[in-house]
Amino acid sequence: MKNKTSVLPQEGEARPSRCPDNSAFKQQRLPAWKPQLTIATVLSTFFVTGMLCLSVGVCLILSANSVREFQIDYSDKCSDCSELRENSSNWNKECHCSVNFTLEEDILGDVFMYYGLQNFYQNHRRYVLSRSDAQLLGENVNNSYCSPFTTYQNGTPMAPCGAIANSMFNDTIDLFYNLNSSVIQVPLLKTGNSWWTDKNVKFRNPKSYNLSSAFAGTARPPYWQKPVYLLDEEDERNNGYVNNDFIIWMRVSAFATFRNLYRRVSRIRQFANGLPAGNYTFNISYNFPVTKFKARKHVILSTVVWSGGSNPFLGIAYVVSGAAATLAGFVITAIHLKLRKRKTCFQK
Amino acid sequence: MERCAARRAPEEERRVRANAREYNEKFQYASNCIKTSKYNIITFLPVNLFEQFQEVANTYFLFLLILQLIPQISSLSWFTTIVPLVLVLTITAVKDATDDYFRHKSDNQVNNRQSQVLISGVLRQEQWMNVRVGDIIKLENNQFVAADLLLLSSSEPHGLCYIETAELDGETNMKVRQAIPVTSELGDTSKLAGFDGEVICEPPNNKLDKFGGTLYWKENKYPLSNQNMLLRGCVLRNTEWCFGLVIFAGPDTKLMQNSGRTKFKRTSIDRLMNTLVLWIFGFLVCMGVILAIGNAIWEHEVGVCFQIYLPWDEGVHSAFFSGFLSFWSYIIILNTVVPISLYVSVEVIRLGHSYFINWDKKMYCAKRRTPAEARTTTLNEELGQVEYIFSDKTGTLTQNIMVFSKCSVNGHSYGDVQDMLGHKAELGERPEPVDFSFNPLADPRFQFWDPSLLEAIKLGDPHVHEFFRLLSLCHTVMSEEKSEGELYYKAQSPDEGALVTAARNFGFVFRSRTPKTITVHELGRAITYQLLAILDFNNIRKRMSVIVRSPEGKIRLYCKGADTILLERLHPVNQDLTNVTTDHLNEYAGEGLRTLVLAYKDLEESYYEEWSERLRRASSAPEAREDRLAQLYDEVEHDMMLLGATAIEDKLQQGVPETIAILTLANIKIWVLTGDKQETAVNIGYSCKMLTDDMTEVFVVTGHTVLEVREELRKAREKMMDASRSISNGFSYQEKLSSSKLTSVLEAIAGEYALVINGHSLAHALEADMEVEFLETACACKAVICCRVTPLQKAQVVELVKKYKKAVTLAIGDGANDVSMIKTAHIGVGISGQEGIQAVLASDYSFSQFKFLQRLLLVHGRWSYLRMCKFLCYFFYKNFAFTMVHFWFGFFCGFSAQTVYDQYFITLYNIVYTSLPVLAMGVFDQDVPEQRSMEYPKLYEPGQLNLLFNKREFFICIAQGIYTSVLMFFIPYGVFADATRDDGAQLADYQSFAVTVATSLVIVVSVQIGLDTGFWTAINHFFIWGSLATYFAILFAMHSDGLFQMFPNQFRFVGNAQNTLAQPTVWLTIALTTVVCIMPVVAFRFLKLDLKPELSDTVRYTQLVRKKQKTQHRCMRRAGRVGSRRSGYAFSHQEGFGELIMSGKNMRLSSLALSSFSARPSAGWIETLRKKKGSDSSTAGSPSSAASKTLKV
Repeated sequence: MKNKTSVLPQEGEARPSRCPDNSAFKQQRLPAWKPQLTIATVLSTFFVTGMLCLSVGVCLILSANSVREFQIDYSDKCSDCSELRENSSNWNKECHCSVNFTLEEDILGDVFMYYGLQNFYQNHRRYVLSRSDAQLLGENVNNSYCSPFTTYQNGTPMAPCGAIANSMFNDTIDLFYNLNSSVIQVPLLKTGNSWWTDKNVKFRNPKSYNLSSAFAGTARPPYWQKPVYLLDEEDERNNGYVNNDFIIWMRVSAFATFRNLYRRVSRIRQFANGLPAGNYTFNISYNFPVTKFKARKHVILSTVVWSGGSNPFLGIAYVVSGAAATLAGFVITAIHLKLRKRKTCFQK
Repeated sequence: MERCAARRAPEEERRVRANAREYNEKFQYASNCIKTSKYNIITFLPVNLFEQFQEVANTYFLFLLILQLIPQISSLSWFTTIVPLVLVLTITAVKDATDDYFRHKSDNQVNNRQSQVLISGVLRQEQWMNVRVGDIIKLENNQFVAADLLLLSSSEPHGLCYIETAELDGETNMKVRQAIPVTSELGDTSKLAGFDGEVICEPPNNKLDKFGGTLYWKENKYPLSNQNMLLRGCVLRNTEWCFGLVIFAGPDTKLMQNSGRTKFKRTSIDRLMNTLVLWIFGFLVCMGVILAIGNAIWEHEVGVCFQIYLPWDEGVHSAFFSGFLSFWSYIIILNTVVPISLYVSVEVIRLGHSYFINWDKKMYCAKRRTPAEARTTTLNEELGQVEYIFSDKTGTLTQNIMVFSKCSVNGHSYGDVQDMLGHKAELGERPEPVDFSFNPLADPRFQFWDPSLLEAIKLGDPHVHEFFRLLSLCHTVMSEEKSEGELYYKAQSPDEGALVTAARNFGFVFRSRTPKTITVHELGRAITYQLLAILDFNNIRKRMSVIVRSPEGKIRLYCKGADTILLERLHPVNQDLTNVTTDHLNEYAGEGLRTLVLAYKDLEESYYEEWSERLRRASSAPEAREDRLAQLYDEVEHDMMLLGATAIEDKLQQGVPETIAILTLANIKIWVLTGDKQETAVNIGYSCKMLTDDMTEVFVVTGHTVLEVREELRKAREKMMDASRSISNGFSYQEKLSSSKLTSVLEAIAGEYALVINGHSLAHALEADMEVEFLETACACKAVICCRVTPLQKAQVVELVKKYKKAVTLAIGDGANDVSMIKTAHIGVGISGQEGIQAVLASDYSFSQFKFLQRLLLVHGRWSYLRMCKFLCYFFYKNFAFTMVHFWFGFFCGFSAQTVYDQYFITLYNIVYTSLPVLAMGVFDQDVPEQRSMEYPKLYEPGQLNLLFNKREFFICIAQGIYTSVLMFFIPYGVFADATRDDGAQLADYQSFAVTVATSLVIVVSVQIGLDTGFWTAINHFFIWGSLATYFAILFAMHSDGLFQMFPNQFRFVGNAQNTLAQPTVWLTIALTTVVCIMPVVAFRFLKLDLKPELSDTVRYTQLVRKKQKTQHRCMRRAGRVGSRRSGYAFSHQEGFGELIMSGKNMRLSSLALSSFSARPSAGWIETLRKKKGSDSSTAGSPSSAASKTLKV
């Protein structure tokens, strides 16, 4: 056999080492914190949480109890008006009614006036979607987001468009204080009730030399009684899209029952400390039809504390869960002491 | 590439004429261009997308996407689905594209290799892809063979040619191919150009070792066999050049025909996951139906009246139709219960685990320079659930390194290690090995400890001389002499190499061979024998012979083969010698050695002439050639004279006994399936701790007929049941028998049993009517050894267990004969060892040492399973918590499919806010450190019992998710309804509610993942805190003025984050939700831990305690003891198993086991043992006769 070449594999020759790196990551030896549930940590967690919850709960309940709230359902009290409004052809007929009530004691501090609606599905998907934020930002964009309230049949776009805007709450409520047969109108503030970002960022009127020309070529939504540039004729900065009532309405509620801030009591003269006890009258211009879909309308007077209005739920929930956590702590202690098996190092 | 033709109809036979392209063209055979790539640039996108959308999950999401494009239905923007879908599709496509790019590259490289083609009498350089069927091509040394060639001629005499087939079957030893004599003279191009022979042969197939065809040339027929073929993928070695005729090209070559796709394996978790996803889908439809009915009722009762403010959509005229639409809307928003990211995350986690396996330094074999490799990335968690291991013996448990250990020559046994005084040496006192310095050609690595054999040679004992002469002549080893005296042997089987090397060292040096001669240096004298015939080895014959003519002219046949075969073919005068030799054989087998019997026969010149004439005719016979040859071989190998026997030690792999001991402790049943004979297998079983002396009984099934096997199995079962009855005092046994089936009784048996069954019996046991019986018996045993099994039977056994046991099976092996078993089992592990790489190629995991299996299963497998289970539990939990909130909200929003969250939150929740922490847990979590899982193999059990993720666990997770979603919705609901902010404005607007719920959800699931994470590495910290930070960052960014002013209709939540999250009430709500969602979980977890701790909990706890107080006592001691026992055993093994048996130290055998491999009372140590166990010998009677029967097989 002639000049054979080697066939032996050339061992250990310039082959890169295939040995894996000895790094902590690759060898799964990363330093790590290995928390474990021990009786000490668990019990301390339960007792500490329990105590914290209980104290927070008690605070919440106490502060919620200090809130004064007064609520009147006026959807039936103005039965004439509600019947009138059931027929939509009467939309431009005015209807007024007044509701008398008595405050047994003073409502001290800032007093807020709300209108409350029940069974009004502001959180319905199609309702929520039916708005054009671009339009409300003053960019007069005509777009399809507002369906089904986009344009009239003749092509005139609605301003503002959409189901939310169209269904805006348009009752006007005035509050009168009956003091010794004289009737004093309670001064109410209609601005400053909405979020700063809503008022200054989210809503903007179209730019023009005046508001009515800015909205030229558009029409009011079908259920509105006046066009958008006449929402507040007294205050230029509260008119058009930046009208406070409009902004608040456009921030749709999460549930079918909700209350929206309507007015704040201006703390001047005899109302400097809030509303004194006595007889009051709500004068309501009844425009908003609700009976057709079995909704209710309320008007509410309330004060607030640091935790908001008078909703007792959170306080109670905190107390209950705090109590449950503490109780669970005791139960765990009992079980641990009585039932636990001896820990053996090596089982079976 | 475009030249790679499409497939044609299958051929019946192939006709190829040399040097006739036009003639061959008309058959349209495939060209030599190969294409393994799937796509090209144009087809990539459509084909890849088409493939991806064949995945059910992808189609499902596409369907959702289409639903979302219908405005009446769309409850969510289209991007909530398309973003994750595109992400998933892109990742997969990029992966596919990279894979395909590399395939293109390798195709191109292969297709453009150069080869010399003989075209019209001239050799021309051509690319491989231009080679055609019928071309004659020239190959040079160390070149790859371009196609399947018929070898025509070569530079070597007689048309011999040497090839290495590593790429084909993984075997690195050389093989010889030979041209048929008529063509071997066609040495130069001019003669070859005139060659116009026609080959008619079989159609393309994938049988690497078979070829049948005929060459028609000059009106003569010449049969062709595999011996004449050079297959594509081989490398030409030691041959200057050769010429070949292309028979099969490109895709028709055997190499390409063999590269079939392996079956896609799925893990049991995969299957469970698919079932669960289907259930969830059903659940989703149910929710959709409930909400749709709700919608119809609501629209009918309330919505109708509300139409003044919110008229129905165009085309919707009835509440019923509205309900129908809302069904689809809800399907869209609730689809996140089955998130697309589930599948991607699972893949990512598995990939991570695979990398950890690849990176594991402790599974790297320095000697072979091979790290462990996870060849599939989809099976990792199944490694933590293995219940049955099927192991090959040779090369897996044993090293497949053969050492010539003992021999018996003319009735005298050599090879016992003796000390100075001639006594058998004790462990650890080995004397110096025999000095072979007298022999300049000796292999320095060879060691032998019995000087008496060398003395016998020096004294000139003719039997011993003849014995080694046989060893140096009767083999198929190739020798290579790099320089004078530097011999290298290339042996096909390591046994042969060991034998020839032994002969070499004892002075009978096989020096070189030609096809017709063998040159041997006999004690320094060069003698050339004329090689008349090689009667080759095959599995049926189990022997090989050579017929040589010595220089003196005497013709002699030398034969070596399996004892069972050869002892029956001896001349009757050998009777006495046979008896002695048989005793020796039994003794060797008892020590776990591989034995061969050697014999010779003198042939008369006239008889040989007549016989060889018949042989020549038979070998050119057109049909039934092999049968006729076998008959002739049979005739001449008869009435032989016994020379003696050899015993070769099959060295165990490192650490095998410890590994098996640990795996057994981990409740994994190990079955050894081997082709070896029963005695050897049983001994390996003992030496690697599969069978132990503490075992109650070892059953041996050796029946030859169906009835015998059935009877033996029945007896074994009865014995096991008797034992358990006596232990349980009869009571529980009776009850069990009446209440449940046989299987459960067998599973409840007491005591440890083992089963040994051989190939014949197994064939019967695997028949349809007996397989269940066999399986029950076998599964009741702790260890099962099947010997003398064929590769097919290996696969059948695995299939049987898979079919009836619903257990995860793992097959481990290293050779081509294990491939079927590796492919059949749930997990196939290949040992990248000596027998080539075929097993590795078929396997899912590969490494080079059996002992790594314990790390693969107990560490990687266990962790993978644990992580995957924790991951799935959490994943389902978080998506139910996330999605079910929509369901509850449905009851408050008129079933209008209004989402609770911002659409961006829905899009990002699964892919950004919650994906990384759970991925980090799924990749990095560890419950106990790796050393502990070796120390406490019982930690492996939860995986086998499927405890960590099953339908029950799934429902618990779902329940937890639903519980969370209820609180997540109703607590904010309770707080928000009628509430006002601290500045008097409304609190309960939709956007604030959405932000509150989303924030508390993100916080709750983050706290929950914090609870679930047991191993907080820096990465976990980073991801968990990072996810929370990302959530708030994105929240504020999405709610910022800038984005709103650019896209007012898309980012409607402007200003929401700062306004809402400034409210103390909101934070109190979030805190309360978190506390209420998490505290019960903590309580339950702690109570479970406290009252019913899992072993892993205990180990963790011990760990903690141990850290606190350095002196830990009982646990440490126990662990320590386990360790010492193991290592003690390992030492005893490493030093040589044979000596231990000889000393009788570890041979407290139960009577049956003893008798099964020591059929005749021969060796002294067995007799003494028997005397000790006098009473047992009677019971040992019947099985011993059964065992001796097998020996004769």
